[in-house]
Amino acid sequence: MQPKHKAQAGTFESGDMMVLIEPKEQDGANVIELSSNVSKQFGPQIEALISKVLEQYNLTGAHVIVKDKGALNPTIEARVETAVKRSLDLQKGTL
Amino acid sequence: MLYIPGNNPAMLQQGGVYGADSVLLDLEDAVALNQKDAARILVRNMLKYNDYYNCEVTIRVNHIDTPFGATDLEEIVPLQPHAIRLPKTETVEELGRVLSLIENIEKHHGLPHNAMKIHVMIESALGVQNVYELASFAPRIDAITIGGQDLTADMQIEKSKDNYGIDYARKRIVMAAKATKIDAMDTVFTDTEDEEGLREETSYIKKIGFTGKAVINPRQINIVNEVFTPTEEEIRKAYRIVKAYYENKAKDIGVFAVDGKMVDAPVVTRAMYTLALADIEYEPTK
Repeated sequence: MQPKHKAQAGTFESGDMMVLIEPKEQDGANVIELSSNVSKQFGPQIEALISKVLEQYNLTGAHVIVKDKGALNPTIEARVETAVKRSLDLQKGTL
Repeated sequence: MLYIPGNNPAMLQQGGVYGADSVLLDLEDAVALNQKDAARILVRNMLKYNDYYNCEVTIRVNHIDTPFGATDLEEIVPLQPHAIRLPKTETVEELGRVLSLIENIEKHHGLPHNAMKIHVMIESALGVQNVYELASFAPRIDAITIGGQDLTADMQIEKSKDNYGIDYARKRIVMAAKATKIDAMDTVFTDTEDEEGLREETSYIKKIGFTGKAVINPRQINIVNEVFTPTEEEIRKAYRIVKAYYENKAKDIGVFAVDGKMVDAPVVTRAMYTLALADIEYEPTK
């Protein structure tokens, strides 16, 4: 299912990440745009984790922009889950 | 007990390394209203994956009558932290509703009803008036805590540095905790720069019977631990008393003297408590 609207979760603080999810113009595969100062070493793992959460909620047709500030796995999963739920109106938050 | 804001990943990750006996992951006052959902998910994940070493982990959920309280419980109760702290508790009716909800969640997940403990937080005049009934409401309640900021707001008084305004509430809460044989935890000391003030306040609340104190900054932990940890001299004296107690007990002598002072049952009880605080187990045969 496609995001209903734009949603974000997280912060730019150290140890956290900011996740922005917006619907693409057309449904289809998700596009993940990750920037992280550890992307050379951990980029593929972070993207895989993000994809796993998107799949759990059957999210498709999403443009996912992630600014990572050194988040560990529990935080990565939490921030993506929060953004997904907000974008699907499963729960309320910012944006 | 170290308070950690529930929406701060860096602090949540590091909570177990500072030497506190317990950490409180806070979903209530430390989280902005529009971030309650984010904090709940983050804290749930930290409970699942983060190592808090030997710290007891308590989660402060939102009040049951807010839009967040029930959802907090649905996410947190299945993970069975050491305890859940219920803020602004005032009546047994309200406490009963929360405990029923918790038990329903536990039943749904096939969990026992006695593993996870409940901390009841008193933050209003009505809560203070009802504290004994609240403390004795259920066996899984193992601590009563006082929230100084909200209590002074409810009493419409300033929260002064000497905390004179909440002195009655503190003592009433301690008495309820002692009567029900559970812990009494004191409120936070908000001035993180004033180490001497923290030491004085902690010494005072220890004297009147509190068994612990909440802190909001890791650098406050050592001071609270120092105050609550018996000195070497106190431990040695307690050891002499307990040793003499067992020696005299074997001869059917109930009252005796140690260091020239009379020792009877209450003195022995206090000495045993001192040894327990120091994690020393006296074995009568030695």
